[in-house]
Amino acid sequence: MPGTNGRGSPVVYFNARIVDPASGTDIKGALVTEGGTIRDFGPALFKDALPFDCERIDCGGKVLAPGLVDMRVQLREPGEEHKETIQTAADAASAGGVTAMVCLPNTDPVIDDVSGVEFIARRAREVRATKVFCYAAATQGLEGKELAEMGLLAEMGALGFTDGPRALGEAQVMRRALSYSRAFDALILQHPEEPSLAKGGAMNEGETSMRLGLPGIPALAETMMIERDLRLLELTGARLHIMHVSTAEGVEAIRRAKARGLRVTCDTAPPYFTLTETDIGDYRTFCKVSPPLRTGRDREAVIAGLADGTIDAIASDHAPQDQEAKRVPFAQAENGVVGLETLLPLSLALHHRHKMPLLDVLKKLTSAPAAILRLPLGRIAKGAPADLVLFDPDRPWIVDAKRFRSKSKNSPFDEMPVQGLVLRTVVAGRTLFEARTA
Amino acid sequence: MPAVPFRHRHLLGIEGLSAAEISEILDIAEQYVELNRRGGAKSALLRGRTMVNLFFESSTRTRTSFELAGKRLGADVINMSSEGSSVKKGETLLDTAITLNAMHVDVLVVRHPESGAVKLLSDKVNSVVMNGGDGQHEHPTQALLDALTIRRRKGRLQGLIVTICGDVLHSRVARSNIHLLNTMGARVRVVAPPTLLPGAIERMGVEAHTDMRKGLADADIVMMLRLQNERMQGRYVPSTREYFRFFGLDYEKLDAAKPDALIMHPGPMNRGVEIDSEVADDFGRSVIQEQVEMGVAVRMACLEILTRALRSNAPSVEVAN
Repeated sequence: MPGTNGRGSPVVYFNARIVDPASGTDIKGALVTEGGTIRDFGPALFKDALPFDCERIDCGGKVLAPGLVDMRVQLREPGEEHKETIQTAADAASAGGVTAMVCLPNTDPVIDDVSGVEFIARRAREVRATKVFCYAAATQGLEGKELAEMGLLAEMGALGFTDGPRALGEAQVMRRALSYSRAFDALILQHPEEPSLAKGGAMNEGETSMRLGLPGIPALAETMMIERDLRLLELTGARLHIMHVSTAEGVEAIRRAKARGLRVTCDTAPPYFTLTETDIGDYRTFCKVSPPLRTGRDREAVIAGLADGTIDAIASDHAPQDQEAKRVPFAQAENGVVGLETLLPLSLALHHRHKMPLLDVLKKLTSAPAAILRLPLGRIAKGAPADLVLFDPDRPWIVDAKRFRSKSKNSPFDEMPVQGLVLRTVVAGRTLFEARTA
Repeated sequence: MPAVPFRHRHLLGIEGLSAAEISEILDIAEQYVELNRRGGAKSALLRGRTMVNLFFESSTRTRTSFELAGKRLGADVINMSSEGSSVKKGETLLDTAITLNAMHVDVLVVRHPESGAVKLLSDKVNSVVMNGGDGQHEHPTQALLDALTIRRRKGRLQGLIVTICGDVLHSRVARSNIHLLNTMGARVRVVAPPTLLPGAIERMGVEAHTDMRKGLADADIVMMLRLQNERMQGRYVPSTREYFRFFGLDYEKLDAAKPDALIMHPGPMNRGVEIDSEVADDFGRSVIQEQVEMGVAVRMACLEILTRALRSNAPSVEVAN
């Protein structure tokens, strides 16, 4: 059970492998928190004797890292609490080692005014768990027409502006959003999909969609949108973040833009480096996501983009859907996969299977998204917030969606063997989750 | 028992059927063609069995054909359509499945406008499921009846050149036929305007053409597909008349095919759109009527094969009321 720590008395984490991607640290040692912050850490700390007047946690030599910063989740509250609430999402986040998450504004009502941002902030305080932030709509009502009040929303704490799962389709609107955002140096986040090419599509366009008789979304819909937006970015000089890149050509376009020095960042999500369109098999709606799962070649390119740094961050893309939304014919099914509780092990496959250094993988889950969002999170440093995850990077286990804390169980990763188990999650010095040690 | 037992519980598509399984269906169907022609002959094979035709999409031809097939085998056949039913009132496909399970239906024939819907239902019902056409995915009994028609006329499928013309992109008939004809060793070509051809069509092992005369050259079989009105008027094709001019089957284009080429159409036809009326009614070459006849026989054969397990597991004495 969670301890009584967090009331100001120090907590010592000893016998830990302390890994901090921001500073490139990977050492054996101890770490001490006091209240909500990290007081000290290092290889020599308490080496000879542990203090008595504190709680002591034996880390068993496992990895103690900054808690994960998940830069994109859908929370469904307000409006669709039968799929997920902020409380259930926060519980899922804790179980997944996520100590901060940012939600999209596609709630009902849409987060496009100050009261919406305030609502999320208030609920986040009430659940007293994983830190919850939000983006606000880039356009009023996510309708892609009139700009939302970016200045006021940013003041209230919106971390960026996006129309969520909808692309800002009209070039003129995107141009104005980018242009206007410069007044506040705000971040614009785009769902990269040319809407008219994607309209009516249910999966990636290609041989599999043809065989299944499902309307396709061409990879080109993503590439075109990314290339268009990069031109607009160059014109306006704003800050653009491209969400869930899924195609080989999309990765390549961003790689070239970064080489030219544009202020662009991007992320991807575990489905895009774990699955391909063929996993849809006989119409598995749990594999229906937006953007759609692509080909093996695209997956390889996404992994290469992660490895060479073109792709900055990994987000869970947590999108809870209930049975009603998924147990229907494929084309009618809603998009999305619940991801908070599988984010870490699926990402660690990049280390285990694709030989990316552990520090690099963790960086994309911690300090990199924090830096894009300008949050003082995602690092282990003296005085930094005591948001930590203790995990065994090698421990194998089998995903069991029935046991998810998330209210929805729509995971294509159910029954998949994975490696990397969260042992403890600490937010602001308090243990919120502790694995039952088997 | 046949040399190779049919390995599938349901008939959801042609993809996955072996050549031996397809041949078995066609062989059994041949016998039913004779039975049906004799007239008055009714089998008792499915006596006491319940068959439900569940149609979420309007159809007269296919539904009637399944109904006749079931009745000629002695089954009790019930037609359910989505018009005015609880389906229209928002009942989900899975609620429908639960209802059907409670009714102890033996055979369920499903047509649905969404690809994969029949598969979804088959996972949830206890009945044997036959796909009567799902979205743009498959229409297996249509491909089987086409194959039977061809085999009876040409004596074989192997080595024939079969040209499928028209809206391949949206056609479940085309997909099922491509799977079947490739499995049976025919050479398949497709002809359509590029907007109605899937980009990856050649990956299905067909030759793709956009010129009718090239696609029809030396063809043994010409299969026309129906072009739905809503696909025209500029969305995929600029106009009906332009479509007919370049992709409609008339004698001039047909000239490129073999002199004894057969003309087929799954119906219902749009005369003057994808096919010239004269060609459609050409007694010597059009086998469109015969396709309808073969449809009943093929569906009887499928029913016989799919209910084998059901019939062998059944108690020998039926419970009398």
